[in-house]
Amino acid sequence: MHSCACPAQGRRCWWFSQVFLAGIYMNRTRTSGRTVGGLRTLSLQAPAVTLLLLWMIVPLGMTIWFSFQRYNLLMPEMTGFAGLENYEYLLTDPALWSAMGTTLLLVGWVLVITVVGGTLLAVLFQQDFAVRGIARVLAISPFFVMPTVSALVWKNMMMHPSNGVLAWLAQSLGLPALDWFSSLPLTSIIIIVSWQWLPFALLILLTAMQSLDEDQVEAARMDGAGPLAIFFFITLPHLKRAISVVIMIEMIFLLTIFAEIFVTTSGGPGLATTNLAYLIYIQALLDFDVGMASAGGVIAIILANIVAIFLVRMVAKNLED
Amino acid sequence: MTTHHNSAPAHTRSLPIRQLVLTLLGWSIALIIFFPILWMVLTGFKTETAAIADPSFIFSPTLESYQAVQARSGYARFALNSVAVAFGSTLLALLIAIPSAYAMAFLPTKRTKGTLLWMLSTKMLPPVGVLVPIYLIFRDVGLLDTRTGLIIIYTLMNLPIVVWMLYTFFKDMPKDILEAGRMDGASTLQEVFFLLLPLTLPGIASTGLLSVILSWNEAFWSLNLTSSKAAPLTAYIASFSSPEGLFWAKLSAASTMAIAPILILGWMTQKQMVRGLTFGAVK
Repeated sequence: MHSCACPAQGRRCWWFSQVFLAGIYMNRTRTSGRTVGGLRTLSLQAPAVTLLLLWMIVPLGMTIWFSFQRYNLLMPEMTGFAGLENYEYLLTDPALWSAMGTTLLLVGWVLVITVVGGTLLAVLFQQDFAVRGIARVLAISPFFVMPTVSALVWKNMMMHPSNGVLAWLAQSLGLPALDWFSSLPLTSIIIIVSWQWLPFALLILLTAMQSLDEDQVEAARMDGAGPLAIFFFITLPHLKRAISVVIMIEMIFLLTIFAEIFVTTSGGPGLATTNLAYLIYIQALLDFDVGMASAGGVIAIILANIVAIFLVRMVAKNLED
Repeated sequence: MTTHHNSAPAHTRSLPIRQLVLTLLGWSIALIIFFPILWMVLTGFKTETAAIADPSFIFSPTLESYQAVQARSGYARFALNSVAVAFGSTLLALLIAIPSAYAMAFLPTKRTKGTLLWMLSTKMLPPVGVLVPIYLIFRDVGLLDTRTGLIIIYTLMNLPIVVWMLYTFFKDMPKDILEAGRMDGASTLQEVFFLLLPLTLPGIASTGLLSVILSWNEAFWSLNLTSSKAAPLTAYIASFSSPEGLFWAKLSAASTMAIAPILILGWMTQKQMVRGLTFGAVK
């Protein structure tokens, strides 16, 4: 309708909304302020817009600035412009690539598990069965549990090598108990994070299922379509949009998973569970290397933005409906 | 929906067995997913020795862990921090967001949609990307390990979602009512306080609840910006990760208290949660 009528313009919205063009944005707002309504709108929106603008520009600007500086809190005499030194060091450091790999593995596996699982569970919980409401509520509960609690409950009570429920279960079946966090560290993290996010996918997809046209399903059934055909040709296409929203939102959060790693493995053993977020944390708050951590931060921001562009475009399209 | 199925004769016959299978399957999966939470709640009522013994549902429940958690670590202090930070940031966010959402819904300009999208885009900034500057700023102005610091961060973190949700609720409100109020000579302030806010109170409440939930469970900033004084429950629970702190029954009791209120709020606000978390992209 207005500035975001088509996808291509949605992208323009995104770019023009970026910090770098914030000045232009403010100018435009001022131009529209000539009308009385515009002025009122401006004054009402000013607090929210100003705060968010500051929240975005100041730390982001500082991160970018620091990333080109020699700046280590432990070595106050070493200062000055570093050029691309931090990036060069970081990009040639095997730890970064290992962290990137860990990040991608973590995001990838959790996405596969939660999206596939969430879709199947959404179909299941959409069926009629006894006391479905309570079963649904139980199944989405893990999403509301704070990350430090879920990680510690899994680490101690579920996955503990001698006293955990899983160890007990394995022993009752005559299998050797597994020391999850030392033999399968990343898998353990993936399990914990999936347990938290599967309910999220389920919640969103279940909501989307509710707008599925039952008559269409019934008609297909009358025409002799089996459950599989109905799933692949009606349900899945209907859920397509919701699934992509789930993928994008999960990606934004999963790219910087932190608390779960912090309380379980502290990134180890070795670098086995150090993702990008944890690596930056080590550099910033444990090694006090501000410059290097900032360069890592810039890389994390770039990664997140690649995902975000698609999400924002999608929401932009939705605003027109 | 049930009647719909029954109208097809072919399904009437298979319905009871189908129902039974679906019920069994649905409930087993739901219980498996819920099990860690259930187990945690049960463990909280065990003694420390029973907590690390072979898993068992049969035990004599005791409240000693709950008492110990309060007596030894001062649980209440952390809980109070969580309450102050979650509600403080939510109130502040609502206060800033209501005028903004009002303007977008009732006085839209060409730029309203662009502004909304831009606000959404600020949510895409990964916290770890700005950890360093925020940490340094907080250190320099003395906001490290203070509730005020966390309130500021959480307000800004949730502001886009709060504006976005309020906007959708305000937009759904019939314009005639506001129009009628204006005809009767109501000023903008009167219009907002006597018409808009009372009429959209359920929407404002669920927006607030979502913001409380998100702040309560936030663990990146709370772990990095607080140490003891202002540490909320997320950070307090994390302190159980040290090897000497492995008291499962106490961890469970503390965790149960920490998640119970939010779990209940979450159950109540599922629908609005979807709306808020997906920025209206899934209805």
